Amino acid sequence: MAAPLTLLLLVAVTVRAALFRSSLSELISERVEVVSPLTAWKRVIEGLALLDLGVSPYSGDVFHETPLTIYLFHFLVDYAEVTFMLADVITAVALYMAVKDYNKQVFRKQKFALEADRYPLDCLELIRSPKEMYYIPLKVAMFYLLNPFTILSCVAKSTCGLNNAIIALFILSTIKGNVLLSAIFLSLATYQSIYPLTLCAPALLYLMQRQYIPVNFRRASFWWFIVQYAFMYLGSLFVIICLSFFLLGSWDYLPSVYGFILSVPDLTPNIGLFWYFFAEMFEHFRLFFLCVFQINVFFYTIPLSIKLKEHPVFLIFMQLAVISIFKSYPTVGDISLYMAFLPVWSHLHRFLRNIFLVSCVLLACSALFPVLWHLWIYAGSANSNFYYAITLLFNVAQILLVSDYFYAFLRREHHLTYGLYLKRKDGSEATLVLK
Amino acid sequence: MGLLSDPNRRRALISLLTRLNTPICIVCYMAGVAWFMGLAFEPFTLRTYMSENAMGSTMVEERFPAGERALATGREFSAHKKRTGGMPVEWLMKTMQAKGLEVFTQRFSRTLPFPDENKERYMVRGTNVYGILRAPRAPRTEALVLSAPCSPGDNNNQAVGLLLGLAEYFRNQIYWAKDIIFLVNEHDLIGMQAWLEGYHHTNTTGMDWSPLQGRGGSIQAALSLELSSDIITSLDLVLEGLNGQLPNLDLANLFYAFCQKIGVLCTIQGKLQRNDWDSVSGYSHAVQTMMLMVMKQASGRPWGDHGLFLRYHIEAATIKGVNSFRQYKTDATTIGRLLEGMYRKLNNLLERLHQSYFFYLMPSLSHFVSIGYYMPAFGLLAVILLLRALDLWVQLSTPPQRTEDGVTDIEPVRGTHFKTVADLLSLLTPLVISHLTGVALYMLPIRFQEMAVEHFPVSETEAVVLTAIAVYTAGLALPHNTHRLLSGEGTEQGWRVLKLVAVLYLAVLLGCTALINFSLGFILALTLVPVAAFVTPHVPKVLSAFILVILSPACTLLFSVFFFQELQEMPISFQDGWLLFLSVISQGILDHSLYGSLVYPLITLLVYPCWLLFWNILFWN
Repeated sequence: MAAPLTLLLLVAVTVRAALFRSSLSELISERVEVVSPLTAWKRVIEGLALLDLGVSPYSGDVFHETPLTIYLFHFLVDYAEVTFMLADVITAVALYMAVKDYNKQVFRKQKFALEADRYPLDCLELIRSPKEMYYIPLKVAMFYLLNPFTILSCVAKSTCGLNNAIIALFILSTIKGNVLLSAIFLSLATYQSIYPLTLCAPALLYLMQRQYIPVNFRRASFWWFIVQYAFMYLGSLFVIICLSFFLLGSWDYLPSVYGFILSVPDLTPNIGLFWYFFAEMFEHFRLFFLCVFQINVFFYTIPLSIKLKEHPVFLIFMQLAVISIFKSYPTVGDISLYMAFLPVWSHLHRFLRNIFLVSCVLLACSALFPVLWHLWIYAGSANSNFYYAITLLFNVAQILLVSDYFYAFLRREHHLTYGLYLKRKDGSEATLVLK
Repeated sequence: MGLLSDPNRRRALISLLTRLNTPICIVCYMAGVAWFMGLAFEPFTLRTYMSENAMGSTMVEERFPAGERALATGREFSAHKKRTGGMPVEWLMKTMQAKGLEVFTQRFSRTLPFPDENKERYMVRGTNVYGILRAPRAPRTEALVLSAPCSPGDNNNQAVGLLLGLAEYFRNQIYWAKDIIFLVNEHDLIGMQAWLEGYHHTNTTGMDWSPLQGRGGSIQAALSLELSSDIITSLDLVLEGLNGQLPNLDLANLFYAFCQKIGVLCTIQGKLQRNDWDSVSGYSHAVQTMMLMVMKQASGRPWGDHGLFLRYHIEAATIKGVNSFRQYKTDATTIGRLLEGMYRKLNNLLERLHQSYFFYLMPSLSHFVSIGYYMPAFGLLAVILLLRALDLWVQLSTPPQRTEDGVTDIEPVRGTHFKTVADLLSLLTPLVISHLTGVALYMLPIRFQEMAVEHFPVSETEAVVLTAIAVYTAGLALPHNTHRLLSGEGTEQGWRVLKLVAVLYLAVLLGCTALINFSLGFILALTLVPVAAFVTPHVPKVLSAFILVILSPACTLLFSVFFFQELQEMPISFQDGWLLFLSVISQGILDHSLYGSLVYPLITLLVYPCWLLFWNILFWN
């Protein structure tokens, strides 16, 4: 499997390198769909210039990346293109290895269940074969590396690629069962953009499952593990934050990065839901709706963790999707990360209901974003409502996509317990209805 | 959401849509066309009304007295123009300075990619002269433009005369709150392009021009004046700009309101308004007017010197004086008063014109069809593509033979992987090949003109056009069915996947086009949607190939040329039509390289490859 992966990496790097050299890269790096005020490379350059002048990079309200990022690019600014390509490659390889490991476990679990005769007889067609699972890791890497969204994001040098790499490494270390590394990468991801905090729930669930610790609030071992993990997580977060403080010598970055993420002062249009809403709102409702919008990201963690506590990796996928839909400055780079997981759930395809509709809408929206932007900003004949309508549609499609996968996943689990061909009490064929 | 989550209702809906797919498609197509034709019917249209408060409620008086003097200046200009054999720069500067304007010039030069045979120019060199009347009453942050072209021959001398007359008169008024720029541009659109690029410090087309020495504020609105006789019978308003962009409807309303007030006959597309909408001839008159607008908008070229302003977010229109055999005559003083009135209203603007519509079609000057009314016509056509795609999707996702037993079902699953790789390849090859053909069609005509001129007895322009046609035709002959090499026989699955991709591609493409330029999108949809709907490898080959060629983009253009001539009531013979067709192609290529019109790249890089995909499906086996 190494050879196809290498080939894939080569292709991906070639495409990116070619695009970096072309005149398109400048155009792409200006697109609001691809870069947000947080991740724009232009702003990183500005921050670097301020840093070189001995001024705090956060003065002037342009730069909003974390101190570690700016120090990273302080050394790597000449190799920025290589860095971003490398970040993509790391993400892809990490996802590849993680999914490979995960598939092994899925298969092992399935084998145990089969040997224990736990599946109903008519469910044999739902059983996954190693043959079909063999190519999944490669497909995951392909979905990430050759996704146009990822390519655009990389060519625009959006720092979103780095965040994705950190999250991918977190997923890898979690799936490999390395508690310490998982906590460290999670704290790094949180440090970069707060929202990955919600990934601690699936990580905990997964690690506990791996170490055979029951999820039971009355068990001491359960609490002991949580305390351990929390200690490692908070400890590394503390170290990172202090490191940033010592690097910069001030706490400037806290309001400038996290305040900026949470209070959403920059209403530049993007593919998210925040900008239009907050641009239109009366100022005295702002705080209230800010809380409502931000809680969205965190809130779904609880019900999803309860429902999916046996399936933490699917929970990771759900959480990534929820973050990328509801975060305050989403870009297409965030979307590409959770879309990379779609091949892992390819066995759910028979239960998906709206995939055709959703993929049509996503496709159409991606094409309409630049068109409506042109009409609004350059031609002046359309207005922001047109653009926001497409943003809304795009997000609705994403939500439909995610809920469709959620439904399909639950339905498959249901069939695995109760049999594929459900009968009503009177013996006629029954259908499952989601209500 | 009940429809999306209740499986029984979904199944019923989907089976209904797949069973009745063809009838629904036919009904949709006819409904779309009928809706479009109904747009011109007066009860279905809206009356135009002034939306902008700053222009609607304020009163202005028009007192311009000096029409005769303006005409005399025009004659003087014409004499100087003849003497210098081009733009009389010295004389214009002197005259403008004498009227009290700040006068500046701009030189520009441009070499066309190939000689323009319609206007007989290749290496263009010229000078724009413009004078700025500084606003006495406000900080000079905003400006209005009045332009008149300096055309070869005896054309437009009166326009320049009137422009100078108005400048002199405006100079003595005290109420101007915006700078007024009086611009005389040489070589029509090329000069205008140079001036606008100089004014806004942009260079999008690689033209050489000297930087502007004087500037006003940001330009709010512009009018371009074309006037070739001392007395006119009617004024014609031209709105269509680059890429089918239109100015805000309020500008048209303003023109119409003043024509009503002063009592000048006004037309759009050269058509007078008629009041007998309920008669057949009245309706067909309205349809004709609207179709003319649709055809002009679809061409994507600027139909007057104002066309390039629109790209810079400046509302602009061209006013053309027409002298026909009507009884009712209007002299230059009246036109001057009309322009004075319009400029005084524009002067009152507090912000850019934005209240009224930007997307509209006009069946007459007093009625319009807004985007909400005309989009359903396009939507009905686009829905056919989606229905077709749904049908294909259902066919693909429910394979014909279905096994009851679970164990045997795993066998095909193993096979599918290799099949999908082959499928993917057989899908990618036609996509890549047809797009490469599109790129060739885009690049080759201009690249190969020298070689073509050397080897064939043709002029450069002919060489470009004929190369384009040759590449276009060669695209049809390419060996598209390379999938046979890969997977032996073209599979049923294969063409269905390809068609699904092609149909969705076409739907997105047409949707985006219709948003930017409705007319172009609609005309393309009219011809391409039937192609997309009916093509399969199983229809009779020769007949379908013939229909496919008839409905291809190039033939659409050919028909459009004849149809346009018919609409203008200047029918032409096939021979002349063919020549016109060739010149339209060369003009399209020139518009792209000179002004950045997007129609040529759109057709060659996207629409034509998409059509080739359907051609490919037809010859799948």
